[in-house]
Amino acid sequence: MIAEAGLAALWLAAALSLLQLALGVMALMQGGEGLGRAIRPVAVAQAALASFAFLTLVLLFLRTDLSVALVAANSHSMKPFIYKFAGAWGNHEGSMLLWVTVLAVAGAAVAWLERRLPDRTLIGTLAAQAAIGLGFYAFLLFSSNPFERLSPVPVEGNGLNPLLQDPGLAFHPPTLYFGYVGISIAFSFAVGALVTRDVGPLFARAMRPWVLGAWIFLTLGITAGSYWAYYELGWGGWWFWDPVENASLMPWLAATALLHSVTVLATRGALRAWTVMLAVVAFSMSMVGTFLVRSGILTSVHAFAVDPERGAFILVLLALYIGGALALFGLRIHTVKEGSTFEPVSREGALVANNLFLCVVLGLVLIGTLYPLVTEALGEKISIGPPYFNLVTGPIALVLVIAMAAGPLLRWRSDRAGALLRRLALPVLLTALVLLACVLLAPRIRILPLLGLVLATGVGAASLAPLWGRNLRRTPLHIWGMAIAHFGIAVSLAGMASESAFTQERLIALRPGQSTAVGPFSIRFDQVAPVAGPNWTAVEAQLTVRRAEGRAFTMRPQARMFSSPAQPTSEADIATIWNGQLYTVLGENDPQGRWQLRLWWKPFVTLIWLGGGLVALGGLLALAGRMWRERRARRAAQLEPAEAWA
Amino acid sequence: MRRVILWAPLAAFVLFVILVTAYLRAPSDTAIRSHLVGRPLPDFALQAAVPSHPGLGSADLRAGAPRLLNVFASWCGPCVVEAPQLMALRRRGIPIDAIAIRDRSEDVAAFLARYGDPFQRIGTDPNTQVQIALGSSGVPETFVIDGRGVIRYQHIGPIAEGDIPTLVAAWEAAR
Repeated sequence: MIAEAGLAALWLAAALSLLQLALGVMALMQGGEGLGRAIRPVAVAQAALASFAFLTLVLLFLRTDLSVALVAANSHSMKPFIYKFAGAWGNHEGSMLLWVTVLAVAGAAVAWLERRLPDRTLIGTLAAQAAIGLGFYAFLLFSSNPFERLSPVPVEGNGLNPLLQDPGLAFHPPTLYFGYVGISIAFSFAVGALVTRDVGPLFARAMRPWVLGAWIFLTLGITAGSYWAYYELGWGGWWFWDPVENASLMPWLAATALLHSVTVLATRGALRAWTVMLAVVAFSMSMVGTFLVRSGILTSVHAFAVDPERGAFILVLLALYIGGALALFGLRIHTVKEGSTFEPVSREGALVANNLFLCVVLGLVLIGTLYPLVTEALGEKISIGPPYFNLVTGPIALVLVIAMAAGPLLRWRSDRAGALLRRLALPVLLTALVLLACVLLAPRIRILPLLGLVLATGVGAASLAPLWGRNLRRTPLHIWGMAIAHFGIAVSLAGMASESAFTQERLIALRPGQSTAVGPFSIRFDQVAPVAGPNWTAVEAQLTVRRAEGRAFTMRPQARMFSSPAQPTSEADIATIWNGQLYTVLGENDPQGRWQLRLWWKPFVTLIWLGGGLVALGGLLALAGRMWRERRARRAAQLEPAEAWA
Repeated sequence: MRRVILWAPLAAFVLFVILVTAYLRAPSDTAIRSHLVGRPLPDFALQAAVPSHPGLGSADLRAGAPRLLNVFASWCGPCVVEAPQLMALRRRGIPIDAIAIRDRSEDVAAFLARYGDPFQRIGTDPNTQVQIALGSSGVPETFVIDGRGVIRYQHIGPIAEGDIPTLVAAWEAAR
């Protein structure tokens, strides 16, 4: 019965999204104005039903109801509780249901909370959100039904892919989905604004918190995903340029650009067409990413069930939504009034530069991701991999962070280059000092990591510069947010550069009792012992690690064999120290009784994720600051008439 | 001019849709007949990619028995996907050699430790010279070479489970 209730809720939610779309369209036509008032409650009800359907699926997984095909295929009665829970979205159907639920909830949030947008634009926005939802409901109901029953009922389930049996899975996909489905709001706002031709500072101020919110989740999701891949895949790398990773990076790049252009639009009324375009592109990138991965068109380590029929279905949806939005853009945008102009050397100028660089990086990542498709159309199937991505995106990313350092120090509308240089004097000096130190102390460092380290210092200092000379307690929260987010980028950059420049690695085969060394550590391989978990068995190495004359500690990397489904994985053991991480992986043994060990010493690698966290924190502060200011402004506006009476 | 630019995003997207549609309509044309099939291997001698395996020269592939030659890289996602199929081919007693493209010794060793090691010899091709000479432009690809060093079959892209019978048949036919 539970599964049927979930399915019924899903059908009802789909029907309501159709109603929401119809109401919106009629309300926007002449004579239908009165219908607009009904659209908000419909959006909220639709989200409630979608959430109900999703919770039903979670419940089915928690109870391991094997009569449901999806549960039987992806769960197992012996699985630990948290993975039964997270298993609900660790598969194609479940994650699509989560996707559409987040979409509905995001739409409901707009319906409930958004009060600044002009009525007609809001109606257009909710209609667009309903149109997107409708397509994905249809996709779920007709080609990926998560509630399908199985007959006869199997005795036991298949189990969850062991790589996914990790606490990270419980949080990573939902976080990422809130981000990249949440950005659908920007898309719908853009469509709404194109319908009413009302693109101005007011529109931008209304859109900004939604973009910021989605962007915070995206940032967190990518940071967490990167760390998850780092410790779970046992490869010692933190970014693989895998299509799934690119699928999350591309919306982030577009959303970051959008976040900055929307600020220009809100403050100065400029960049109207560009902002609308970015809002369309950001969510289009999420959909394209979802499509490429789900259709099995690009082979990825995150392989989902591959099905050409599903691929064709999503492609039709993409063509309708993205094609429709872009066509609307082409038809309407020239009728939008252009805003004020500005000089090249100005805050706007730096933000435009930031936007351009972000979009170039986005374009290069997109080309790299699609390249295998293009070559296959020409008859070859190839993978171009990290050598391409690092080479083409690295240098531009470095130029981008320079623009990031300069931007906040420039005045709006017009400024002088000389004045900027004076404000940047200290960071530039710092940069020069670090450059000198690096060249003297580490002469063999490669050029890209060197530039990364050097720029990270200068950019880190420059990003805090907007706080200098201010009364810190009276500085608005969103300025703090900006400074912290920019500082976070510098921190992350420092981590990446340090990891790339100073990582030491050792691959060695040892017998128990033998010792080796990596970086500043001496490592003794004491023994291997079998261990067992709830649904796996493993051989576990015991390593005694000592740094110079410091205290010894033990590390225990494992080679695990999961029982359901049977699949080996390696569980790295990672020791985090203030200045980096020691990463140990146990490999196979050979007939001579030796075990393969792979050891890395990665100085300051943790800064990568710490920086990501700071970026998200900065976003959160900016969001809180903006919302608080607005609330205060609204209160003040409400008080005024009363005062006039008195 | 401005009006044209406004339509450019749509044009780019249409191009993308056409490309993908073409792909979806003909998804598995991996059995393209390479122009090198039926020709002898080019001459090459590659250093060992990892200390545990000998390097690979064209002479090793003319030693009398047919073999598979797998072109792969540790940084290549599809290569991970095809690893179990290569192991299955190895278990059927088919000898397999490999060329690692633009790779580092440590990475290749880790790849083998993690995804299995079906290879007898592994040559390293850091500048992709041999890869190009073989008429292979990407990773992964797999060739069937007969005992006299003639290329009998070329499989482009990762080996799926369904490709195993074809490869086994090609190898049998080369005997």
